[in-house]
Amino acid sequence: MPTREDIVSIRGLTKRYAGKVPVEAVRNIDLTVKRGELFGLLGPNGAGKSTTISVCTTRTLPTSGTVQIAGLDVVATPAQARKQMGVVPQYNTLDRQCTVWENLYFHCRYFGYTSAAAAKRANELLEMFRLTERGKSFVRELSGGLAQRVQIARAIAHQPEILFLDEPSAGLDPQSRLALWDSIRQLLSQGITIVLTTHYMEEADELCNRVAIIDHGKILVCDTPQNLKSSVGAQKVINLHLGSSDPQLQQTLNQLPGVKSSETNKDGIRIFVDNLDGLLPRIIEVTGPKLKDISVTETTLETVFIKLTGRDLRE
Amino acid sequence: MSDSMLYARAFWGLMVRDISVLRREFVAFMIRTVMNPLMFVFVFTYLFPKMGQDFQNARGISFGTLILPGLVAVAIFVQGIMGVALPLSFEIGSTREIEDRVMSPLPVSLVAIEKIIFSALQSVVAALVVFPMIYFIPATPVHVHVNSWPVLIGNVLLASLASGAVGLTIGTIVKPQHIALMFGVVVVPITFFGCVYYPWAALHSVRWLQIAVLLNPLVYMSEGLRIALTPETPHMPIWATLVALLLCVGLLGYTGVRGFLNRVLS
Repeated sequence: MPTREDIVSIRGLTKRYAGKVPVEAVRNIDLTVKRGELFGLLGPNGAGKSTTISVCTTRTLPTSGTVQIAGLDVVATPAQARKQMGVVPQYNTLDRQCTVWENLYFHCRYFGYTSAAAAKRANELLEMFRLTERGKSFVRELSGGLAQRVQIARAIAHQPEILFLDEPSAGLDPQSRLALWDSIRQLLSQGITIVLTTHYMEEADELCNRVAIIDHGKILVCDTPQNLKSSVGAQKVINLHLGSSDPQLQQTLNQLPGVKSSETNKDGIRIFVDNLDGLLPRIIEVTGPKLKDISVTETTLETVFIKLTGRDLRE
Repeated sequence: MSDSMLYARAFWGLMVRDISVLRREFVAFMIRTVMNPLMFVFVFTYLFPKMGQDFQNARGISFGTLILPGLVAVAIFVQGIMGVALPLSFEIGSTREIEDRVMSPLPVSLVAIEKIIFSALQSVVAALVVFPMIYFIPATPVHVHVNSWPVLIGNVLLASLASGAVGLTIGTIVKPQHIALMFGVVVVPITFFGCVYYPWAALHSVRWLQIAVLLNPLVYMSEGLRIALTPETPHMPIWATLVALLLCVGLLGYTGVRGFLNRVLS
């Protein structure tokens, strides 16, 4: 049962798209987001993140299961649920026939503001998002980063309790991405709950209080980034590129002191260790001329994903 | 705030947005509304009589009188295409900017119905703009006689709503890349076979066409306005135009709203 602290409550959510080849985009998902937290859905493209968000924001009807936003069922009371949420979709949906100011003003009007209150709120938002100089610009004149900022300003214009951001940094340059992260943190500090989807593990690691890793429509794990990384049981990952898998070599490497665990993949072997002291020369010696390349990385959420699925996030 | 108040305010917000955009583009709206009937009336009812090539039907009714209701009907009909179908096709299929309005706190079907109502509003304005032009330009006298204002107002309103419903249906079906094709395949035949330039009764000499055009909503808009404005020209019975226009609003409105829901929700 959802409690008062739960602003998003997803129970047994499944979404199947009919068609020549039916696709089950989301499979029996259970998920809870608490008020005031920044929750991330992390997974590769096509994992089911956007479909989950789409159901939560009333744009997609679930095949089965229920979703409640602030206690309101999104299928039974979609209009009321929409009042509680702001949404920033993956693509630019700003009104092309209106200026930046008008985009904010009319959004407020849709949410029942009087003309004077909507104008006041639009001015407030322009200031808050450092857009005052752009108020009279039309949407087509905005860069990707600016358009994204306007979309966020518009999404929170009606003061929703929760903000959904679908792949917010996709297509942004590094500078705009950092500016976006600042805006997200600022909104969080104002008490708004944020749910974002991303396939950038640094974004999830950097921003989120809790992360659910999703793949093939299923949630694999859900915890704080720190706990997820600890669950790997090692501090570092050594990637040996051999050009093929070699189970026999893996067994030998497993017996080296300091190696916590390892796994093979189609290109070679991945070794999990806590520290590298004296280990690299031993590994190179054991591997011999088969070794084509070697790389060492810190344990990240990507490592967690690889551990869980055997695949890279980008594959 | 009660649900109905929430919906009403959101609906009004959508109207305010559309009216505001229309006001900004009023010159473009006027040009697209006025140019076609202006040119048509000027050439066929001003130039032709001046050149001694006047058309008159057997009862001595001038061509200006004959086409006035039809051209008002076209002005009404075109708004559904230009004011709703065209922008909607892009907003749904290309820019997806309709999403912010779909995310407003009201049932999504009301977002579609708002489009029909707004289109009807544009149609009424278009009818009011076009009427005096068609009345005053012709070189031969145009006989307009309003027997019943309720019939005229009822016909204009129903024709305007039907045109909005046609626009919504087309806008949700036609993809942006096929818009140009839509003009050739849909709009041109509807206009030429819409009893605009001739009354429906005159088609009796080509019986199959007279029956086939009954599928065309513009026929009932033109004939309805013939009853209301130029009752001495041959026209359909009033009940036929009213029932047909009501059916158009109901069926096409339903189809358009269903199409809209299918496109914006998955």
